[in-house]
Amino acid sequence: MSLNKDTNYSTNFLTGKKISNISLEYFDENKFYKEDDLKKNNYTLINFWASWCLPCRQEHPLLVQLSKEKNLKLLGVNFKDKKKQAETFLYNLGNPYDLLTKDELGKSSVKFGVYGIPESILVNKDLMILKKFVGPLSTEDYDSIIKIIN
Amino acid sequence: MKFKLILITLLLNFNLASGVEKKVDQNTIHKNLRCLVCQGQSIADSNSDFAQTIKLVVKDLIKDGKTEREIYSFMSDKYGEWIVFKPELNKHNVVLWVLPYLALIFGGVIIFILVRRRN
Amino acid sequence: MLSNFGNLLLFINIFLSFTIIYSALKCLKISGKFIPKTIYQISTLQSTLIIICFFTLIAGFVVSDFSLITVYQNSNSLKPLFYKISGTWGNHEGSLLLWVIILTIFSFLFLIFTKNHPKEFRILTLIIQNILILGFLFFILFNSNPFSAISPIPKEGLGLNPILQDPALAIHPPLLYLGFVGSSIYFSAAMASLITNYSQTAFANSIKNWVLISWFFQTLGILVGSIWAYYELGWGGFWFWDPVENASLLPWFAMTALLHSLIVFEKRGLFYFWVIILCLLTFILSVTGTFLVRSGILNSVHTFASDPTRGIYILSFLTLMIFSSIFLLFKKYKKENYDLNPNSKETFILINNWFMMFYLITVLLGTIYPIFTDVLTGNKISIGPPFYNIVIIPVVVIFLLIMAIGPKVKWIKEKFNNLKNYLLILLGSILINFLIIILFKSYSILSNLIIISSIFLIISSLIDAFESFKKNKTDFARIISHSSFGLLVMFIGLNDIFSVEKDYNIKLGETKNFDNYSIELQNLEIEKFLNYKAVIGSLEITNNKTNKKKILKPEIRIYENPQTLTYEAAIKTSFLKDYYLTMSNIDRSDYYNIKFQKKPLMIWIWISVIMIVLGGSLRLFQNAKYN
Repeated sequence: MSLNKDTNYSTNFLTGKKISNISLEYFDENKFYKEDDLKKNNYTLINFWASWCLPCRQEHPLLVQLSKEKNLKLLGVNFKDKKKQAETFLYNLGNPYDLLTKDELGKSSVKFGVYGIPESILVNKDLMILKKFVGPLSTEDYDSIIKIIN
Repeated sequence: MKFKLILITLLLNFNLASGVEKKVDQNTIHKNLRCLVCQGQSIADSNSDFAQTIKLVVKDLIKDGKTEREIYSFMSDKYGEWIVFKPELNKHNVVLWVLPYLALIFGGVIIFILVRRRN
Repeated sequence: MLSNFGNLLLFINIFLSFTIIYSALKCLKISGKFIPKTIYQISTLQSTLIIICFFTLIAGFVVSDFSLITVYQNSNSLKPLFYKISGTWGNHEGSLLLWVIILTIFSFLFLIFTKNHPKEFRILTLIIQNILILGFLFFILFNSNPFSAISPIPKEGLGLNPILQDPALAIHPPLLYLGFVGSSIYFSAAMASLITNYSQTAFANSIKNWVLISWFFQTLGILVGSIWAYYELGWGGFWFWDPVENASLLPWFAMTALLHSLIVFEKRGLFYFWVIILCLLTFILSVTGTFLVRSGILNSVHTFASDPTRGIYILSFLTLMIFSSIFLLFKKYKKENYDLNPNSKETFILINNWFMMFYLITVLLGTIYPIFTDVLTGNKISIGPPFYNIVIIPVVVIFLLIMAIGPKVKWIKEKFNNLKNYLLILLGSILINFLIIILFKSYSILSNLIIISSIFLIISSLIDAFESFKKNKTDFARIISHSSFGLLVMFIGLNDIFSVEKDYNIKLGETKNFDNYSIELQNLEIEKFLNYKAVIGSLEITNNKTNKKKILKPEIRIYENPQTLTYEAAIKTSFLKDYYLTMSNIDRSDYYNIKFQKKPLMIWIWISVIMIVLGGSLRLFQNAKYN
């Protein structure tokens, strides 16, 4: 069940909090992506998505746009999905992610306070949450991200 | 004599009662967590995707040996206080926990005064 | 056509209400003890027309007249007739019409049945009740009109939500409304009593049966709601401390306190102002509950689709009611002189009220506190069963003990020679509890206390029945209600202690084992029905000790119009226990999630509540006989 834009999930309390204890499995390899890897980036947008999620298709073009930003790295978390279908999705719609990880059971996403998909979290170099987006990114969200990272 | 009998039996009762293990019960935890994508249901009662994922996470946390308290604080750290059905006793909620008993005491005082007031 | 007819009737009723108020005011100025016939006639006309108005709306639902917005939004031509009819009050606008009918009919009946009471009192009650009626009629006409027309006329309606098509849900609103909307009449009577200084004990006589009637229906309404939740919602529980459930419980606490206070007021003329406060409080809580439920301010399973203007209207109406009540109370308050002995029935009833107010404050606080924190601090919190259980249950333990002792205490003054007997009963209760622990299993200290005190109440009531039967002075009504309350708490306690709940992800052909049971998912079938498709699971439960097998068939129902998914629990009820099983699918997997519950003594919980209500109806019957 994917999330639509008009939900009343409060995200303000998360702003300012730091994320920690990250351990996301690489999509293709048996390695794990950890906090220190994230700290190398100025800003990271962690985007939770899946091939079976309709609103994810909605926001995808905006992600592709964002991938062109030099200051921002995109970390994708493929949520409760099948590898083949995820790969087809990216093949057809484009792969905006600098780094791709997967969360087949959805358990790791809970550590990020994810309700469902699509969701995105913008963090800075110190892994502090700057903003959390529940539901597909809108053009206003896109603008606010651009503003923050520049 | 009767008093002593009652006291002894009560103590025996409670002795047995306190022997009840306080091990972490998965179902109790599920009942205390709110399904955030539902309208007012608990994780135990919900069939949603979100609920199923949370159940898996709770299972792992229990396996890691976390206590009930630690599991609740983990969840409220990620999702906010409203994921737990039992409000935490902090400075925001102290009124909630204390007011009913204050009212009880207050009512008791009133009755005491009324009964004392003899013409 | 129906729309115009319905609107016409609404207008006429507004006119009639104004007429009644005008005639009533005129009647006050004339001397003489009798109310003129015209007022009776207009009241009769008013009741008749509002009933016709209601039937007009029902007709709209029955013939599926989609030119009425309410019918369009809440009905469908494919709905069975029974649910088309019950759909009339299963929505916001239609239910408001039900409010007005009850307000009107109770107004009329009160007028007829109070012929032995002072004219001024009856007239003022009529006036105030009609002000309430007008308030709701205006609300209907200007904000929530079930007769609003829509054009062009849609071909089919939207309302085919399967969850709402249930017999229990059909009678749940009328029962509850007869309860808390019915409390309007003693709200008006209380105001009238204050204004006309009718503070003699005869006042109790005018309202006591109305309090009993509303209490009877309120209790039944809450029971039916819980039964529906248990059988239909699929979580195996019957009370969630959901804000809407709480909204129906709040007036109940006030009504119960009022019921008991009236006993004291009638017998000894004491606590007049407290009785008045409770009369006003009950209906105020009813309207508060309506506000909470319909304004959309709360997040709950029950929430009607909301519209902010509704909330504003109801809130304004509520504020007016509260301010006028407080104003009148302040103006008319006179200090009462009394001499209360601590060991007297009066004091014990006062104590009952004290506990009722505690429950009321706790539930009210738990319900509206999240709203305050959200508005004031932006912090969202949830208050659910753990809060209520922790705060209320310890107090209930003491409450049960007092409930056992109170009724036997004499009026005015009692001596302490019964103490020995009570200690004996206490000993007996502790021993029975001990036996339960030995035979089955041990449980928490709090559970011990609840079982002991509820058994104490039950035994005390039974001994009381036995002793008074010998003297031929048995108060059956009270004994049945009080002992059944003890039974209710005991059964809820035992059910909670001994319930088993298991949650598994299971595949076809798999078996799960726990305690002495095995559950196997033997079969999955897909069946097509008139308006839905069902995935039916056959699960075999084997009791490995007795080797008895039971098959339960929970369903996942897929409805097309509108697209909904519901989960039907498979429930096997017996006098000893219920087996409860729900099944849901896990997306993108061939595993199913099943929740199995064994719930002992479930049916006795319902039976206990019915017995409590029975006691109340017996009292009502006795009252009617004596008049």
